[in-house]
Amino acid sequence: MPKHLRRLLRGTGLLCALALGATACGGSGDDPGDQKVGAADLRAALQKGGTLTVWAWDSTVKSVAAEFEKKYPKVHVEVVNAGTGNDQYKALSNAISAKKGVPDVAQVEYYAIGQYSLTKGLADLGAYGAGKLKADYSPGPWNSVADGDSVWGLPMDSGPMALFYNKKVFDKYEITVPTTWDAYLEAARKLHKANPKMYITSDVGDAGMTTSLLWQAGSHPYKVDGTNVGIDFTDAGATKYTEVWQKLIDEKLVAPVTGWTDDWYKGLGDGTIATLPTGAWMPNNFVTGVKQASGDWRVAALPQWSAGEHAGAENGGSSLAVPELGKHDNKALAYAFTKYIAAGAGVGTRIDEGAFPATVEDLDSPEFQNAKFDYFGGQQANKIFAEAAKNVSSGWSYLPYQVYANSIFNDTVGKAYVSGTGLAAGLKSWQDASVKYGKEQGFTVK
Amino acid sequence: MTTSTPVRRPAPPRPAAPRLRTPRRHTPGRPRRSVLLTALTGVVLVYSLLPLVWLLISATKSQEGLARSFGLWFDGDFDLWSNIADTFTYQDGVFVRWLLNTVLYVVVGAGGATLLAVLGGYALAKFDFPGKKAVFAVVIGAVAVPATALAVPTFLLFSKIGLTDTPWAVVVPSLISPFGLYLMWVFASEAIPTELMEAARIDGAGEVRTFFRVALPLLAPGTVTVLLFTTVATWNNYFLPLIMLKDSDWYPLTLGLDSWNKQAQTSGGETVTNLVLTGSLLTIVPLIAAFLLLQKYWRSGLSAGGVKE
Repeated sequence: MPKHLRRLLRGTGLLCALALGATACGGSGDDPGDQKVGAADLRAALQKGGTLTVWAWDSTVKSVAAEFEKKYPKVHVEVVNAGTGNDQYKALSNAISAKKGVPDVAQVEYYAIGQYSLTKGLADLGAYGAGKLKADYSPGPWNSVADGDSVWGLPMDSGPMALFYNKKVFDKYEITVPTTWDAYLEAARKLHKANPKMYITSDVGDAGMTTSLLWQAGSHPYKVDGTNVGIDFTDAGATKYTEVWQKLIDEKLVAPVTGWTDDWYKGLGDGTIATLPTGAWMPNNFVTGVKQASGDWRVAALPQWSAGEHAGAENGGSSLAVPELGKHDNKALAYAFTKYIAAGAGVGTRIDEGAFPATVEDLDSPEFQNAKFDYFGGQQANKIFAEAAKNVSSGWSYLPYQVYANSIFNDTVGKAYVSGTGLAAGLKSWQDASVKYGKEQGFTVK
Repeated sequence: MTTSTPVRRPAPPRPAAPRLRTPRRHTPGRPRRSVLLTALTGVVLVYSLLPLVWLLISATKSQEGLARSFGLWFDGDFDLWSNIADTFTYQDGVFVRWLLNTVLYVVVGAGGATLLAVLGGYALAKFDFPGKKAVFAVVIGAVAVPATALAVPTFLLFSKIGLTDTPWAVVVPSLISPFGLYLMWVFASEAIPTELMEAARIDGAGEVRTFFRVALPLLAPGTVTVLLFTTVATWNNYFLPLIMLKDSDWYPLTLGLDSWNKQAQTSGGETVTNLVLTGSLLTIVPLIAAFLLLQKYWRSGLSAGGVKE
């Protein structure tokens, strides 16, 4: 144990992580000396104005920033696209360790929150009253950003999973929309048999999708309590997942096409990739990336691991967080902007531009639910998405170093897709590699 | 095989020389043709032109057209002009800004690098001073170190002096071209006869005047060559701006197009592959133009000193 602690101090600068649970590092509300920022302080900050640097790759942030500047003329918001996902996390980590050039607000995906919150790279927004917003959000996204009284970011969008399917292809080969993953496997067999060029979906190993499907199957591979971490991919939920997905891989029923590439967009367009189980943020990508298949696609509820269940999971989605090392006198202003875009008037603007919200009020609003998607043949897809948002299973958590874990997914689980290694064995080697890394970083890993 | 190729000049009649293996005569006027070599060159030609052809064809397609048509042939609609218009207007015309940034980096960076290389190369070739050998070793060593390997240390250095995320971070490292310096050094020692410099000095010209009036015109072919090299290197530079710049307002074209390309990989991001491709095509046009305009200087430069007059 002391050895771990020393390594923790020396190797990674996780100084504050040691004090997690205690209040030495500030953040928790029960310390009387702790700074508390109320609504009046936020108003004052907005009146005073200033310049905010926001790192976000989401294009709607720019529109909201412009709107915000109009409303508060003394505030200048500079939106910088510092790269997408991992690229930005690298830049953010570099800036944090150089203590220079850290943005005031940053877009951080849910799976990456732990990486920064544990090292106190992010300001605890609980001190700004963010805790009161709990009821405003659907549980999946909120649980991803909040930990007890601490709030590490405000959910900006969410990705409750649904099944997107190509109705034209399904009709042509007389396939019914699967409601369970076993039926999905059958559909895959039937489709591929009818036309060997057609695949039920494409998969070459994607950490985000695998963890989301495990989440839905009720698996809890990661147990995190401060610096104590447990990793186990052998529970009942994980077994359900590997059994079905192993068959899909073994019988070559999933197209070996990497997601988000030109080939992938092409496959979604010409019907050779017939379904896509993914987050509710996908429609916009369909509209701009798969134009030629407009009208072919529909949305259905995500297939279940056991018939009759209503379990869901999140895939993707991101929050806006306030890095601790952003400009010091700017924190209140940074929070005010974050609140505006993630819980205030900015949400409406973002929905108009195609973002999928995480706020309950918007998810439940008739205007949102009744919106017809021309792309999906006039289907009211938001009803399915909103239902999925309610069904997200609770209790899921990511690793505090999930960004690293995801980066080695292809070297471990990915082998199941290209060689005879089984999915279960792949998960085991992912587990081993994750345990090893965690120990090196000073975590107590079981 | 060779019969299909028109023969420009009839081979001069010659007395048959005893030859053991070569059936056909080989003279500079009528080079020997080899099927294998022609085929190999043909393969290389196709290999190098294919991506360009693909790019040209793809730039004429809309986003939908790209997905539904075969890569190496045209789609039904011809969208090149609207693609070009869209490229220039998309996201409030940010492409123009990137283009101007690239031009700035090339003019200041590559132009400055060429100027420094010419001055340095001339001085090293024509003047003796202590430590010249050490300079030679440093320059040769610097040629061997790829710019990519220096990018991260340069970043840390620039971060310390607070120049990252400014155009200076791209311009200043571009000013250094060890290869250009070496080329100018070799070129200047061949192209400028020392006697000519001595004559100029005897006529009363100072060193500055000798350089500008006598040496510089003689160095023109080498200068153009170095200018071309540094221009191409700066125009295509990706890695250095990638780690130096965060503010997309200062992006060069390479980074800008990459950021458009990455939009297709994010949730809610607009997929604009057609604009990425058209933008790439527009990006290489100025380079091709520079090559065509400067090639005659460049070629005469490469052959300088090849023939004793």
